[in-house]
Amino acid sequence: MANALSQLKQAIDQAFESLLVESHIANGELTLIVEVSNLTQLMKGLRDNDAFLFEQLMDVAGIDYLTYGLDEWATQEATSQGFERGRQAMPKSSWPKQRYAVVYHLLSVTLNHRVRVKTFVAEDSMLVPSLVNLWNGANWFEREAFDLFGLLFDGHPDLRRILTDYGFIGHPFRKDFPVIGELEMKYDEEKEQCVYQPVSIEERILVPRVIR
Amino acid sequence: MAEIEHYTLNFGPQHPAAHGVLRMILELDGEVIERADPHIGLLHRGTEKLAEIKPYNQSIGYMDRLDYVSMMCNEHAYVLAIEKLLKIKVPKRAQYIRVMFAEITRILNHLMWLGAHGLDVGAMTMFLYCFRDREPLMDAYEAVSGTRMHATYFRPGGVYRDLPDTMPHYDKSPWRKDKKLNKLNENRQGSLLDFLWDYTETFPSAIDEYESLLTENRIWKQRLVGIGVVSPERAFQLGLTGPMLRGSGVAWDLRKKQPYDTYAELDFDIPVGRNGDCYDRYLVRVEEMRQSNRIIRQCIKWLRANPGPVMVDDYKVAPPNRADVRENMESLIHHFKLFTEGYCVPEGEAYAAVEHPKGEFGIYLLSDGANKPYRLKIRAPGFAHMAAMNEMAKGHMLADVVAIIGTMDVVFGEIDR
Repeated sequence: MANALSQLKQAIDQAFESLLVESHIANGELTLIVEVSNLTQLMKGLRDNDAFLFEQLMDVAGIDYLTYGLDEWATQEATSQGFERGRQAMPKSSWPKQRYAVVYHLLSVTLNHRVRVKTFVAEDSMLVPSLVNLWNGANWFEREAFDLFGLLFDGHPDLRRILTDYGFIGHPFRKDFPVIGELEMKYDEEKEQCVYQPVSIEERILVPRVIR
Repeated sequence: MAEIEHYTLNFGPQHPAAHGVLRMILELDGEVIERADPHIGLLHRGTEKLAEIKPYNQSIGYMDRLDYVSMMCNEHAYVLAIEKLLKIKVPKRAQYIRVMFAEITRILNHLMWLGAHGLDVGAMTMFLYCFRDREPLMDAYEAVSGTRMHATYFRPGGVYRDLPDTMPHYDKSPWRKDKKLNKLNENRQGSLLDFLWDYTETFPSAIDEYESLLTENRIWKQRLVGIGVVSPERAFQLGLTGPMLRGSGVAWDLRKKQPYDTYAELDFDIPVGRNGDCYDRYLVRVEEMRQSNRIIRQCIKWLRANPGPVMVDDYKVAPPNRADVRENMESLIHHFKLFTEGYCVPEGEAYAAVEHPKGEFGIYLLSDGANKPYRLKIRAPGFAHMAAMNEMAKGHMLADVVAIIGTMDVVFGEIDR
């Protein structure tokens, strides 16, 4: 198994030498890192080349690296109400690369192997080429990444929000979007209708994030 | 009379055949579907975001609530992903218990699917039969974890506890006494394994019963044969997995091709369809239930013969035993750290996929070395299946949409996450 994986790595390294930024094996999985501009070409190659034949796109996931490697150990003030931790303004992470990433998981049913392709996306453009033409199944996965992270998939036929509510503002899975949300909805008896208002609850951390 | 060419129909979210909260905008030409646009997200709870603010173990319970008819299979993928990052080896017995419960879950899921699918298409009785046979398996869930559905039983490193030696009995009541009560408790005299063994003895004949009602049933065939046909090429393109892919004739099952836990040691077959229509997918799922029954029996035999630990012996991940905590300072510290802070997972990323009853259920885990996941992405099979709705429904009649929703086996807990 490990042998087959390193052979696959070698073959991919050879075939796409000019396109890849990096490739490595960790936890028994092969990861390829590629520039956004080369993504479509690499993916097309992985799908169509007889040695790889990745005919299925399993998953597309967005990642926001804004707070990567930060813990919440330092507290602002100890409150008198249980072990709630006052939340600090978010410090800057030392993440050296671009803030966003898109991760694709490919599967070859014919040759029985998997690969992960990762591409980093610049915060100021947010543009990623859409893969809907290569794998039609990418459609909803890309809509989801757009909805939750605000990544823009260039060439996507129908880039609408998918999981959040109609008229939702913001991209909830970004790390600077609070877990409690920004708006809450309630029924206003005077107006006799549902109204939106800023959230009235406080954000709490029950178990602080630690890195050891 | 004014001529109406196309009109739009709002299907759901409060429609009994919408399997939860599916809202679909259907564009119709007469009774023929021109375009189906599913609006999902009505059950979106942000599971992935919630997991980011909780220690790893506290999210196991969330996994149950994704696909709430195949609870332990969701947990399975999650714990496998964590184990991959932690690089721990799970005791054999725990692996067998997990596999056994994954297969019990598969039967639970397929029974739910068969009942609901039958009900949608007009076979009312199926629902009653399927729920009757789900009940003992729910009891098995309860016996082992304390809850009938949301078990939170699998843990990174094994399972929460060993299988119980006794099964709970029915109590006496004005409606259940003497002979009736004795009959109900007849198969509950021994251990959980005895109870399950008894179930697997009778379950194949129950499947025969379903099949005698449906397989050759004229109405059932008229509603399913040739409906929602997917070719293997299109199935790949659309990212279909599980019975949706096997129904199209692709022999692909992660339990065989990329075995996890002890599947490699077990003997079972992979049913494959031929035409890729709803009827073939029905046949595939029914045969899968028989195969799951076979796997469960093999697991029971192995588990009876091989007692042993069900959790790794590593107090950084698994809690030390109670008696030890009371006497041993080090155990006390481990216990305290584990329950207040959890364990830190080494930096890295992992993707673990299991053959979930609905297809490939994957967990992509990105850790920055903290005690909480940095990013958790759930690859829900139903999400990809629902995305294929438009293509599968196009050109069919309105009533066939219900059959297609049924054959996809959608559960909104996992699609909306």
